[in-house]
Amino acid sequence: MLWSVMTIGVYMSYRVMNMPDLTAEGSIVLGAAVSAVIIAQGGNPFLATLAAIPAGMTAGLVTGVLHTKLKIPGLLSGILCMIALYSINIRVMLGAANVSLLRRRTVFTGLIETGLSRNMSTLILGAVCAALAVTVVYCFYGTEIGCAVRATGNNDEMAKAQGVNTDMAKVMSLVISNGLIALSGSLICQYLGFSDIQMGIGAIVIGLASLIIGEVLFAGRTFKRALIAMVFGSLVYRFVIAMVLEAGMPATDLKLFTAITVAIALSLPNLKKKLGKSKGKLVDWQGRK
Amino acid sequence: MLKVDNVTKIWGAGTADENTAVDALTLNLEEGDFITVVGGNGSGKSTTLNAIAGTFPVDAGKIWINGIDVTKHPSYKRAKLIGRVFQDPLMGSAASLEIQENLALASRRGKRRSLRWGINKKERERYRDLLSILGLGLEDRMSDKVGLLSGGQRQALTLVMATLKAPKLLLLDEHTAALDPKTAAKVLEITETIIKKNRFTTLMVTHNMKDAISLGNRLIMMSEGKIVYEAEGGAKQRLTPGEMVDRFAMG
Ligand SMILES: Nc1ncnc2c1ncn2[C@@H]1O[C@H](COP(=O)(O)OP(=O)(O)OP(=O)(O)O)[C@@H](O)[C@H]1O
Ligand SMILES: [Mg+2]
Repeated sequence: MLWSVMTIGVYMSYRVMNMPDLTAEGSIVLGAAVSAVIIAQGGNPFLATLAAIPAGMTAGLVTGVLHTKLKIPGLLSGILCMIALYSINIRVMLGAANVSLLRRRTVFTGLIETGLSRNMSTLILGAVCAALAVTVVYCFYGTEIGCAVRATGNNDEMAKAQGVNTDMAKVMSLVISNGLIALSGSLICQYLGFSDIQMGIGAIVIGLASLIIGEVLFAGRTFKRALIAMVFGSLVYRFVIAMVLEAGMPATDLKLFTAITVAIALSLPNLKKKLGKSKGKLVDWQGRK
Repeated sequence: MLKVDNVTKIWGAGTADENTAVDALTLNLEEGDFITVVGGNGSGKSTTLNAIAGTFPVDAGKIWINGIDVTKHPSYKRAKLIGRVFQDPLMGSAASLEIQENLALASRRGKRRSLRWGINKKERERYRDLLSILGLGLEDRMSDKVGLLSGGQRQALTLVMATLKAPKLLLLDEHTAALDPKTAAKVLEITETIIKKNRFTTLMVTHNMKDAISLGNRLIMMSEGKIVYEAEGGAKQRLTPGEMVDRFAMG
């Protein structure tokens, strides 16, 4: 549930903007680090969670400026920002590679004190955040600006011909997406009880895995459906991971497992085409196969 | 309305493949002019139109539209003044957006976009009326994704999008070239109707000599980035396609 907020962020860049954004790996830790440090200093956990959002947005802004103003290719801009964030995140965590939240009040504490189990509290709060993220993103894409952003991701040339400042649209998309990803990082770290510099590794791949699962299993024709599919895709992904761990796979092999899954899922549509029996089942809302 | 003053565009300047696509070209369009542009492949027609639209910066010269020097403006800013339809039917509309969303996007060309909802009920009705004029049945498919349309339908839609917000200048680059003859004729007919009705100032590139002669009030022929022949009014109407091909051969 907590990861689904990140999946929506990944969806915004990968699907809508057509640009896989590696900033995610750094901004998820940034969100965690900012919140963890505030909470560890005795700050209000809700404010700490909110603080993660502008932090992530700033990271997105930097990637966006690198990409659009300095004309660095999108993938590389993301990598640069991600690497820079590694150092910044350690600085945020006051020079440490991790920050523990042991016995600190987190956003979950209040719910647990009402007698709910830890998992139940996580589920409820995660559902609320996911619903909020889906609503905000859906509404944003429905606005004049949001429409222009979607057009930019779909057909840059056309957007320009219709007077859209496409650079601005790209930056805006990256800003919002990384804000969400940082929020997700903040929630995850509070759930885990610590923030760690390593926790972002492979985040983009996890996001993609959830995204693909969501599209294959749940996506429908409408945009709203596609966003909700991201939430369920994340859930199924977590569930699958829990299963393979249960089945005895060493936790250190998880990343390999995820990478292989994503590689297969991404190549499947092409392989299908080659075999000439594309059944048109994988058509997402953009009409891509 | 449009003033192209000594514009030059050199591709790959300073390399072995240096290619002067537009060579000190000067062109003036009065308000309501409808000019057809002909010329062989690679003669610089598209480059000229793209230079006017601001797809890339030019190497020399100046461009004025409606009295504004737009030479340094990026293309999205010039879009305020320009409506475009491209040769490739996929270029002019966004496949993953609905027909009505594409139109809503176009109706806000040149306006500041806000966080207001991207489309409202009143404009939907207006789009329905506009689409029904095309006679392609698109008015009943307004919430279909544009990706589901045929090339001809998309081109007709792009034409509506380009003219929805009355442009100061309409640029059509072989916009019927990718369509089958029947659809091409239909789209051309729609084009003519729209331009005549609104008296849009237009530059239309075509390879069809008959169309180039019969449409518009002026014709220019390009070769190697220059205008090599011009005809206007009655002289233009009296041209024959055969004569044109001969002139082509002369370069
Ligand atoms: N993006 C580009 N990069 C490099 N060279 C280009 C580019 N676009 C056009 N050219 C070159 O500029 C010259 C003029 O091309 P242009 O597309 O303007 O011709 P055209 O008159 O539109 O031809 P056609 O009838 O084939 O569309 C050609 O030699 C072409 O190879
Ligand atoms: Mg051309």
